[in-house]
Amino acid sequence: MLYNEPSPLEVKILTRRFGLENSQSLDTYLATDGFAGFRKALDMTPDQVIDEVKASNLRGRGGAGFPAGMKWGFVPRDSPKPKYIVVNADEGEPGTCKDRVLMENDPHQLIEGMLIAARAVGAQAGYIYIRGEYRYIIDIMDRAIAEEYERGYLGRNILGSGMDFDVYTHTGAGSYECGEESALLESLEGKRGQPRIRPPFPAVAGAFQCPTVLNNVETFCAVPAIFRDGAAAFADLGPPRNGGTRLFALSGHINKPGVYELPMGFNLLRMIQEVGGGIRGGGKLKAVIPGGSSCPVLRAEECDLSMDFDSVAKAGSMLGSGGVIVMDETTDMVKLAVRIMQFYQHESCGWCVPCREGTLWLEKVLTRVDNGGGRPSDINLIDELARNMLGRTFCPLGDAAAMPTISLVQKFRDEFEERLPKSVPAGDPRLVVVG
Amino acid sequence: MTFSTALEAKFEKLLNSYPPGRKRAALIPMLLFAQDEVGAITGEVVNEIAGRLEITPLQIDEVVTYYSMLHREPRGKHNIQVCTNVSCLLVGGAELLEHAERKLGIRRGESTADGQFSLEEVECMGACSWAPALQVNYDFHHFVSPEKLDRLIDGLRKAH
Amino acid sequence: MADLVTLTIDDRTVTAAPGTLVINAARAAGIEIPAFCYYDGLTLQAACRMCLVEVERMPKLQTACTLPVAEGMIVQTESPKVVEARKSMLEFLLTNHPLDCPVCDKGGECELQDMVFRYGAGESRFTEIKHHVDEKQFSPVVFFDAPRCILCYRCVRICDEGMGVGALGVINRGAVTEIGPNMGDHLVCDECGMCIDICPVGALTSGAYRYKTRPWEMEHIGTICAHCSNGCKTTLGVRNDRIIRGNNRDRSGINGEFLCIKGRYAFDFTDHPERLQSPLMRKGGELEPVSWAEALAAVARRFLEVKERGGRLGVIGSNRTTNEENYFLQKFVRQGLGSNNIDHHRTGDVAALISALAGTTGALASTADLYSAKAVLVIAGDLAQQQPLLSFQIRANYRHHGCRVYVVTPGPVREDKYAAKSVRAATGEELAAVEGLRDELRKESELVILFGDAVRGEAVRRLVALGDSFGIPVKYVCLVDYSNSRGAADMGLFPDLLPGYEPAQTPGMTMPEMLAAEDLEALWVVGANPLKAAQLGSQYAFVVVQDLFLTETARRADVVLPAASAYEKTGTVTNVCGEVQRLKRAIGVMGAKPDLEIFGLLSKEMKINAGLWHPDRVFDEIRRSVRGYNVPLPVLATGGAAPAVPLNGHIPLEARPDLIRSANDTLFTSGSLGRYSKSLNSVMEAPGGLYRG
Repeated sequence: MLYNEPSPLEVKILTRRFGLENSQSLDTYLATDGFAGFRKALDMTPDQVIDEVKASNLRGRGGAGFPAGMKWGFVPRDSPKPKYIVVNADEGEPGTCKDRVLMENDPHQLIEGMLIAARAVGAQAGYIYIRGEYRYIIDIMDRAIAEEYERGYLGRNILGSGMDFDVYTHTGAGSYECGEESALLESLEGKRGQPRIRPPFPAVAGAFQCPTVLNNVETFCAVPAIFRDGAAAFADLGPPRNGGTRLFALSGHINKPGVYELPMGFNLLRMIQEVGGGIRGGGKLKAVIPGGSSCPVLRAEECDLSMDFDSVAKAGSMLGSGGVIVMDETTDMVKLAVRIMQFYQHESCGWCVPCREGTLWLEKVLTRVDNGGGRPSDINLIDELARNMLGRTFCPLGDAAAMPTISLVQKFRDEFEERLPKSVPAGDPRLVVVG
Repeated sequence: MTFSTALEAKFEKLLNSYPPGRKRAALIPMLLFAQDEVGAITGEVVNEIAGRLEITPLQIDEVVTYYSMLHREPRGKHNIQVCTNVSCLLVGGAELLEHAERKLGIRRGESTADGQFSLEEVECMGACSWAPALQVNYDFHHFVSPEKLDRLIDGLRKAH
Repeated sequence: MADLVTLTIDDRTVTAAPGTLVINAARAAGIEIPAFCYYDGLTLQAACRMCLVEVERMPKLQTACTLPVAEGMIVQTESPKVVEARKSMLEFLLTNHPLDCPVCDKGGECELQDMVFRYGAGESRFTEIKHHVDEKQFSPVVFFDAPRCILCYRCVRICDEGMGVGALGVINRGAVTEIGPNMGDHLVCDECGMCIDICPVGALTSGAYRYKTRPWEMEHIGTICAHCSNGCKTTLGVRNDRIIRGNNRDRSGINGEFLCIKGRYAFDFTDHPERLQSPLMRKGGELEPVSWAEALAAVARRFLEVKERGGRLGVIGSNRTTNEENYFLQKFVRQGLGSNNIDHHRTGDVAALISALAGTTGALASTADLYSAKAVLVIAGDLAQQQPLLSFQIRANYRHHGCRVYVVTPGPVREDKYAAKSVRAATGEELAAVEGLRDELRKESELVILFGDAVRGEAVRRLVALGDSFGIPVKYVCLVDYSNSRGAADMGLFPDLLPGYEPAQTPGMTMPEMLAAEDLEALWVVGANPLKAAQLGSQYAFVVVQDLFLTETARRADVVLPAASAYEKTGTVTNVCGEVQRLKRAIGVMGAKPDLEIFGLLSKEMKINAGLWHPDRVFDEIRRSVRGYNVPLPVLATGGAAPAVPLNGHIPLEARPDLIRSANDTLFTSGSLGRYSKSLNSVMEAPGGLYRG
């Protein structure tokens, strides 16, 4: 089901079947070039498959943007251990809702992507780790998997190729941290979603301590097109080193929020104006979080920007998971900072000190400032605490909490200052014990 | 304890989904599915699943207290989960939650006395582009205005 | 060693084996990188972020506890950036940590406190309300104060990995994460207190010790545990002649930091209200307090009468008294009283093993061997219950070196969990079961065999023959019960064996014979309780008992002499593996005397010259005259364990397997002595049972 109208500016590669009748069915999939990519991959050697993915410039769509082909190449194919394909469908980055529609509207595309990855590394089983809230998606994927078993696209001797591959769905149960790949693998093993020490990376010791290819839903979904249409065609869709299209989830103060597939490198202002229909109520753009709530915020004047991994990084933020959160002038940036920190505080797994204690402390100070009980020293304190977390936590969650906070204080410091009481209000004893 | 045939079938499938010696991998799905049927992760559920997966109740407790969707106490029949995370917040998620509190006469984290409704403030549920959003149990509702919420709750009330 | 890696740490050139973690390479070079969660021997966590170091060409600070050394690596462990980061970690840690150091048990030996001093992070900018959770009692001996906890997970790991119990877990997530016990609101576990000891802060505290004193107000005396045969070193915290706690934080001794509930808590028999503090003499049918002079004179007179008359006199020695006391006692009895009627409660057939191994060397395993051996075979012993240190060693060996463990027991044991093979064998069927493992065992490169009391007499010889047939180096441990069971055997508390297992020319009466003899005229019982389970055959025997308490045997006595416990005297004891260790006197108990002193005073009273009764002088004689006991004194003097090797020459032993009987104590019992330990009896697991897994 589609929840928003498509945009004429979209380049529909991964979403090409969206809106088709019975787009979830294998028949529809097969009628629209389904498994063409996999069939090609079957005629290639594993090295050729990996080279093809490398040539496509496909970069991980979960957030980090690591080149997918390189990641696949790290898997020790000669290892005697079984190898696994794991799909990260634990979509949880605030502002992001693309994987959900990818699985909902074209489940077979994901499985084909997994099959090609399995072909590349010699994996015999795959797991789709779906966040618990997406219960209906589990049903959709299970039905698609069952259909493929019935028709010989999964199971033993797939399409007579001699290749065996099984796919299973697995559900999470409410934990943002499980979107972090090593925490996801812990969760897959029935444990708390606490990240693992790396190295070893999942390519060497992933699911059940075996070599594993672990990518985001969107990454796997891009793979069939790469093989169907050729790596060059995919790469050419975007700027150098940023192949293909990207599903951007536009949300916030725009007229036409929605998930849109646009070429990598699409201009952010144009995205807001032409795809998203501009700021609601004719308002003025104030700021954008370009890739989900972990990314540093961009001021309006920073938004004339090519939306690809490298350009956004150069602008001091991240393309992240493609969750473009648009904010107009009415947006209260202090409240935004509070809500972002509440989220990371709630989701911090508690494993390491700076993230566990830092997010809680920051939430408290930010809340105090928002409530008008802040102290002049609080603004620097917020900045320093965030910096004390940055780069020092066990996993990227601490960075994810620190980065937007630092950027908000830096870029909208006046709003934090305005929130400070003009004089110290009497009666709050906590305000007396300023250290 | 006994579960429904459908749930047992699900468990059976789960137990065959993981490599040999990795039964524990089935834990989180089993807990969530069992909770859906039983209403909560009761002590009985814990002991039953601990036995089946050959792990200790403590190992299950570690997991149950970690994941926000798993709970030891039952929720209302209709668990209304309102997202107030950034994308929803920008377009009225917080107000929607307050509206729900007034409409149901309970605060977030509480259940109505008749056990029909419970209300939760939840984190991003993956409906950002169609915000504000909420889930009633597992059902998504998009672009939810206070009026739409009223109709939704009234409809659920009428259903029984 | 080939291919050492050379790196630079704080401008010092350091070499280390590949794979060494930077934190350990630095430590070897004398550079202490601080850490809370890193702990030798336990799995890595990288959670506390205290060990962050600066590494050249790495943009982010790295955790030294997970970073392996690399050639040419340049590490700064105290650069301004690192110091600033550590300070910030401490500030984070202190946000919700209650600053109740003045009342906290850990104050003065708290790693968090030390670290805050070291980095000068004493001021906090945190002015919010701290997250508070009430303290919980997990068990009679374990308390948990969540706000003090810094979540280093040492307790969780030592319980799961070290002890193989897994009674502690991590509950909740984020800022409200807590350590939780396995039964929801309480613990069912070994009650070993390892979690308390390993806790770097005052989050886990001991029921026995909490709020009693400050660490600097105690003297800390390292001695050997008075209970089982494993011979753990326990460091007793003493204040005003009272033992307040037992632990082994300096990780010295054969046990490192390991202690079970007995070593850690069961010192409390020393000040049990029923402790004897005056000699008692039967007067008018009742035992009445008398002076030492009166009691000793009475005993001397009666013993001399019996001796002169040529009457039958029996002596039962102890499994807990020192080597010096046992040696002196048998010498006193043999030379002074002219009798070989001396025996003790034999809990394992050490003599048969020594006999079977005659002529070989290096066939007795040490405690350390259990941690390094490639393979271990456990026969008829519930190690986790009865030999907790040996069990700990084998578990650590399995975790760290992948030791292959074979189990042949009548019921489930903890070792089953990780054993290469576990076989259930009824008593008497053990050797057949071992025979069944022959193919696997032969493939091992070496083996240590531990066997319990079910393997005795001829079976020991057959076991050794079987071991020989594997064609690989095999070492043995004969499992025995108590702190000096092995020493009692070595010192010749046998009617037919002299010290060092030399045969006696005319064997005397065995313990059951003494107890049954209707014409026994005198019975002298030292630190034993034979009448708990037996009747004394002789109606008129004059019974002298040396003990701490009025046991069943003491109640039958004519004279009771109050003895000092192992914690109240010096001397040596020999553990189950034959390692000789030194007791250090921790406290004195008014009225009680060490058994050696009692023997000495008696010999003086009886004008028998059995030598000087100073422990050092007696030990000199033992070293000179007892086979295998010529152990190096410096090792003992510095608190080390010196292996006794009584293995040369054949012992023509007449096997008396019928006399071997373990008391089958569990983790929570300790013979008659255990009945007087409040902490042993307070835990709900007591008295426990064997072979329950």
